[in-house]
Amino acid sequence: MAELTKKGLAGFLARQGILVAFAVFMIAFAVANPRFIDIDNVFGVIRSSAILGVMALGVTFVVIGGNLDLSVGSMMSFSTIVVLDLHDKIGPALAIPSMFAMTMALGAFIGILVGYLKLNSLIVTLGMLSAIHGLTLTYSGGKNMDIADKEGTWFAVFGQGSVAGVPMPILMFAALAIVLSIVLSKTPFGRKVYAVGGNGIAATFSGVPRARVVFMTYLVSSFCVATAGLIQASRSMGSQNTVGQGLELEVLAAVILGGASLLGGAGTIFKTVIGVLILGFIQNGLLLMGLAFYAQYVVTWIIIILAVWLDIAAKRGALWSRIA
Amino acid sequence: MTDKTPALRLEGIVKTFPGVRALDGVSFTVMPGEVHALMGENGAGKSTLMKVLGGILAPNEGQIFIEEQPTIMSSPMNAKEKGVVFIHQELSLADELTVAENIFLGELPRKSFGRVDWTTLYDQTNAILKTLNVGFDAKKRVGDLSIANQQMVEIARALTVEPRAVIFDEPTASLTDAEKVVLFKVIEDLQSRGVGVIYISHRMEEIFKITDRISVLRDGQYRGTLNTSETNEEEVTQLMIGRTLDLSRAEVTHETGEVALEVRSLSCGELFEDVSFTVRRGEVVGFYGLVGAGRTEIAETLFGLREPSSGTIHLSGEEVRIHSPADAIRRGISLVPEDRKGQGLILGMNCRDNMTLPQVSNLTAGPFVSDGAEVAIFDQYRDKLDIRTPGWRQTVGNLSGGNQQKIVIGKWLSMHPEVLIVDEPTRGIDVGSKSEIHNLIRELAAQGYAVIVISSEMPEVLHVSDRIIAMFAGKVMREFTADEVTEDSLIQAISGIKPDKVA
Repeated sequence: MAELTKKGLAGFLARQGILVAFAVFMIAFAVANPRFIDIDNVFGVIRSSAILGVMALGVTFVVIGGNLDLSVGSMMSFSTIVVLDLHDKIGPALAIPSMFAMTMALGAFIGILVGYLKLNSLIVTLGMLSAIHGLTLTYSGGKNMDIADKEGTWFAVFGQGSVAGVPMPILMFAALAIVLSIVLSKTPFGRKVYAVGGNGIAATFSGVPRARVVFMTYLVSSFCVATAGLIQASRSMGSQNTVGQGLELEVLAAVILGGASLLGGAGTIFKTVIGVLILGFIQNGLLLMGLAFYAQYVVTWIIIILAVWLDIAAKRGALWSRIA
Repeated sequence: MTDKTPALRLEGIVKTFPGVRALDGVSFTVMPGEVHALMGENGAGKSTLMKVLGGILAPNEGQIFIEEQPTIMSSPMNAKEKGVVFIHQELSLADELTVAENIFLGELPRKSFGRVDWTTLYDQTNAILKTLNVGFDAKKRVGDLSIANQQMVEIARALTVEPRAVIFDEPTASLTDAEKVVLFKVIEDLQSRGVGVIYISHRMEEIFKITDRISVLRDGQYRGTLNTSETNEEEVTQLMIGRTLDLSRAEVTHETGEVALEVRSLSCGELFEDVSFTVRRGEVVGFYGLVGAGRTEIAETLFGLREPSSGTIHLSGEEVRIHSPADAIRRGISLVPEDRKGQGLILGMNCRDNMTLPQVSNLTAGPFVSDGAEVAIFDQYRDKLDIRTPGWRQTVGNLSGGNQQKIVIGKWLSMHPEVLIVDEPTRGIDVGSKSEIHNLIRELAAQGYAVIVISSEMPEVLHVSDRIIAMFAGKVMREFTADEVTEDSLIQAISGIKPDKVA
């Protein structure tokens, strides 16, 4: 479709629209409310984006591999509840690895269904969203979980600690982003994720074990979810069963905003981080403008639609096309 | 011809895209009742011209005339209403609907209250199908038809209006020789009804068989029109590529070595049965047969994409079991698949990454992919195969068909296979690249590779093979050496006719 590339403003907007829109947004917000670009506010936004960001890193693998993961929100609730519950029963040192194992078992289960059985990832993870929610409620008996002795444990370090003034959630987000960025861009596994998402059949014809690669992307995603659950639990030291509810859409919005293609085969960790920050700043800006937080649900949805449109527009080189 | 009104006339069509003049003043005329070939290498502007004609793109300059009336095509629907209809290379039918529903899609005959008038629909459809002389009826589900018959449905769809010009875009790309005969008959009928036919194809043999005139495009420019009866392949080729091309077979003399691959009584369900053959080093074995004869399925079984139901595979004398493409690659079997874009390449990936994909796990420094090792492999095979690309970062989807195919071939040569299987090596590739790939296959054999070539084009099989295995309905009918094979005996064999003597 290269021959249909439009020149001029429309084409530029189609390719760089997200960055342009972001810049306009930032400037408008900064003019409207100088507090927006206050260093404390900026740090606050990044910090509050960290949990979402960690999850988005994992979902980036899944999306580049050509699939979706809508289960991450309820899976994060599961991780949070499980680690809080086990904390008081077996202590943090055992609770954390147990929670990671249980969460990644869920990821492996999804990986088997989508990778090896080749079931549609939308259906599987939508189903898992609901099933894991039920699992969490069954596990907790519907009760909120709280750590009994909040002062006598080092567990708070992941959510509330800081190193050299930088909050731990930001450090963990940054560290995981760097590691996963290297995995995706520099290792044979990363290359195979792009190959499988770009054209699964051609990847198979090149000897790439497609099922195993897809399986692995869900394992990476569930590892990230477990990390997010750990930060969440550590930050609040107690939780409702629904703490991650709705996050799957925000995560997806961030990933697509970053430019990972919903069709698979394209995207980077760096771009996802940008997507996470854009989403975080827009939501923060709207809050500062005095918009009620529930208005964010509407805004998030609009952003997803806009991002998907621009994704398609960039592909065909025009905002609108007669044929595709 | 001059005393008749042209069915279709294009004058000075210009279409520019940023940085490219895709069409640069193209003019030509199609008379009623003539078959007019439109030829040109990939990228010469044929598809852009057809998009202009079909109302998908608006020209920057120039004018289209239908029966000398200046016309503007505003959309594909509009073009069809004006009697210009397309039979596309890639079919655009709804598999789940019936033949009749597909043909009258969007314009189903109605009764009161918007109910579909099924009786009229089926009657009208069957009337059209009758003129096409096809062996299926209006109520058949399109998904159950063969590709050739689906194409007939497309043609039937074109005939629901009174067409003035019908454009066939690579119509024989997925047809067998027998099916082509049926198609050519249909074209002949259109011709006798006074319809102007534009026929786009890379296949010289067909062009010379059925067309009256040939117009050639090169680099977006009109290069002239020739009367088919007064020209020859060399002249047309020269016009297309701007240089002469040696079409005769380069005789490579070489010794064949020991047996690289032996297949004994291999069967796979109902796809193929009791297939036995050998391939020696330094030898090209061609597989020829109709689509569905089981050739591609044999290749897929050897490559670990299908599990054989019985029989054995031996590599250099040793029996092997192959359960996945990874197994096959490890054992030294490589497959250049028939569907280049669907199976051969990841179009959104760059040239280098596509080429090194099967071995990326081995091209590592520590846990990381080694950039240097990858680029070295790419450079080596780019030079060896003369792949024309601005650099390894170029996205494969932007290359021409011929260069794309060379990337796939390079991918497998860089694995140093024992056996190289090439399925439809030149499908959809322009004539210049085609002969390059044929020469390459001969060269590979000369270098000692054991090569299997599967092709639906008889000239190609005859051109590159040392031995030819003719298949029919999943069985090997006969094996020919290059010396003894004739076109007639080959056609007999793939049509299931037993030879006089036992092969």
